[in-house]
Amino acid sequence: MRRILAWFGERLELEDSVLEVLRHPVPAALERPVGWWYVFGSAALAIFIVQVATGVGLAMTYVPAPNSAYETLQFITHDATLGALVRGIHYWGAGAMVVLVLIHMTQVFLFGSYKFPREINWLSGSLLLLMTLAMAFTGQLLRWDQDAFWAIVVAAEQAGRAPFLGDLLARLVVAGQNVGGATLTRFYATHVFLIPAVIFGLLGLHLYLVIKRGISEPPVVGELVEPRTYRQRYADLLRRGIPFWPDSAYRDAIGAFVAVVVVVVLAFVFGAPQLGEPADPTVVVADPRPDWYFLGYFGLLALIPARAESLVIIGLPTFALLYLFALPILFPTGERHWSRRPAALAVVAIPFIGYAALTIASLQSPWVPDLSANARVPDAVTASLPANEKHGAQLFVDKSCFACHQIGGAGGRRGPNLSDVGARLPRERIVQRILTGGGGAMPAYAGSMTPQELDDLVAFLESRKAK
Amino acid sequence: MDRRSFLTKLTLALSAGIGALVGLPIIGYLLAPLVRKPAVDYVDVGAADSFRTGETVEVRFRDPSPLPWAGQLAETALWVRRRAGAGASNEFQVFSVHCTHLGCPVNWRAEAGIFLCPCHGGVFYADGTVAGGPPERPLYTRSWKIDGARRLLVKVEPLPTVQTKDS
Repeated sequence: MRRILAWFGERLELEDSVLEVLRHPVPAALERPVGWWYVFGSAALAIFIVQVATGVGLAMTYVPAPNSAYETLQFITHDATLGALVRGIHYWGAGAMVVLVLIHMTQVFLFGSYKFPREINWLSGSLLLLMTLAMAFTGQLLRWDQDAFWAIVVAAEQAGRAPFLGDLLARLVVAGQNVGGATLTRFYATHVFLIPAVIFGLLGLHLYLVIKRGISEPPVVGELVEPRTYRQRYADLLRRGIPFWPDSAYRDAIGAFVAVVVVVVLAFVFGAPQLGEPADPTVVVADPRPDWYFLGYFGLLALIPARAESLVIIGLPTFALLYLFALPILFPTGERHWSRRPAALAVVAIPFIGYAALTIASLQSPWVPDLSANARVPDAVTASLPANEKHGAQLFVDKSCFACHQIGGAGGRRGPNLSDVGARLPRERIVQRILTGGGGAMPAYAGSMTPQELDDLVAFLESRKAK
Repeated sequence: MDRRSFLTKLTLALSAGIGALVGLPIIGYLLAPLVRKPAVDYVDVGAADSFRTGETVEVRFRDPSPLPWAGQLAETALWVRRRAGAGASNEFQVFSVHCTHLGCPVNWRAEAGIFLCPCHGGVFYADGTVAGGPPERPLYTRSWKIDGARRLLVKVEPLPTVQTKDS
């Protein structure tokens, strides 16, 4: 056996190629605990391979046409042997990719590893982040349920806000005049061919540079990056270095193993996400929401003031991109250690805290009106009301007040809770508000309510005195 | 030009030729659907007098020339309002179902006389004007006409965006 392996090794020139690359020296400091911070890139790579493998598996069954995509996914999830697990791994793997790539980037950023001479590592990595997000977005659409359909519409509408090119970009997103037969096949080809091809190319460049430029040494406070001396200093460091394989690689293996175990266990326990109703442009009941890692962005779109909207929708991603790409060009030298770079800490902390807050807000989504067909004011509220107030409570539902206002613990939360409005506002103010609307969010009901209806509704609201 | 630099340029030119020969047809193939005009201008959504005055209803119609595998995606929904006391030229209002905020489908709440968007709570009055919430412009309207047989015909249009001109 050993002789057979040696024969292949010799004929394939492994000693001078793969093995030499694997054994390339890395800074000895990576043997210390700080070396654990370096495992996230390889963990992301491992999950990417998992995504390719499960993706190929799913593609063996999935039919990317609007008249069959939904059914084939149902088949994969409910009938195919191990289908739910494979789909589950692909789903949780997508989330893991986003998380691991972001952790990896954060580490590289805080360690100042993007500085000279590794600027292109950072730029290729930034593009890989973009591609990861593009994969996550296009992948969700392939579920082809109502959420997916309306998410495409919302994506096209956002693209439509771009200056000058808006309409063209919107058509590019939907691959034609409207979301239709061509849209899904385009997204599918983009998800399984185009973006992966770009990822393979970028990964090649990224890994080539990791080997050629060498893994950055853990930063030391006060040790500045100086382009004239850095290479010499790094070469000296490597002379006292350790071979990547296996002295450092075992940690990458452990990191990758843990990542894959977490993904598979999540897939096993929680399975693949349930599909919503099948995509149907004529069913106007929709509340499309993205998977959990995009929820923060979804919340941002809901919470920004209308006037700033186009600016934020187009400007914020553009600014984030420019920042990522300009970073190594603008700051290629100087201090690497995070404790001497307070601005860098803020650059990490502020978006992270902001995004977490937006995600939490999105989980509650108080801006979403409650349009459920069986909406009704709780019986506990209406039980002992006189007839006119009872009619008012019914109008509260019929006139869609209930969609945005809570009473007695039920109803939408878009507008103020009206459980105690009778104690807060005098009758004239309630009447005025109903007739003229206001607050930027509420319609005026002057044209759609009879005097009798108004009287009964106001009587009901006036009787709401306590939460 | 010496032999070597000639061969260098020749090699590069031939490679570029290969790229152009294959690349241009692919780019054309991919871009063509974006500029293709719909085969028909107007589709029939029902007898004009089947719409009751003062009411707003959802109409559905099938794309007259869908891709064979489009399935349910060949369907389109619109809101049609027949106005009370209006002349022949503005008897109808035909609205896209897409909210002018981010494109979610607005719901007609007949009792309240408003369109309500389920995503971020955009509200529009029966005539399509903004009543509240994040939208900044009225609902997108579609051109319509009534033919000799009193059928309501609605213009086929691309997905409207904030830059779409009102028809």
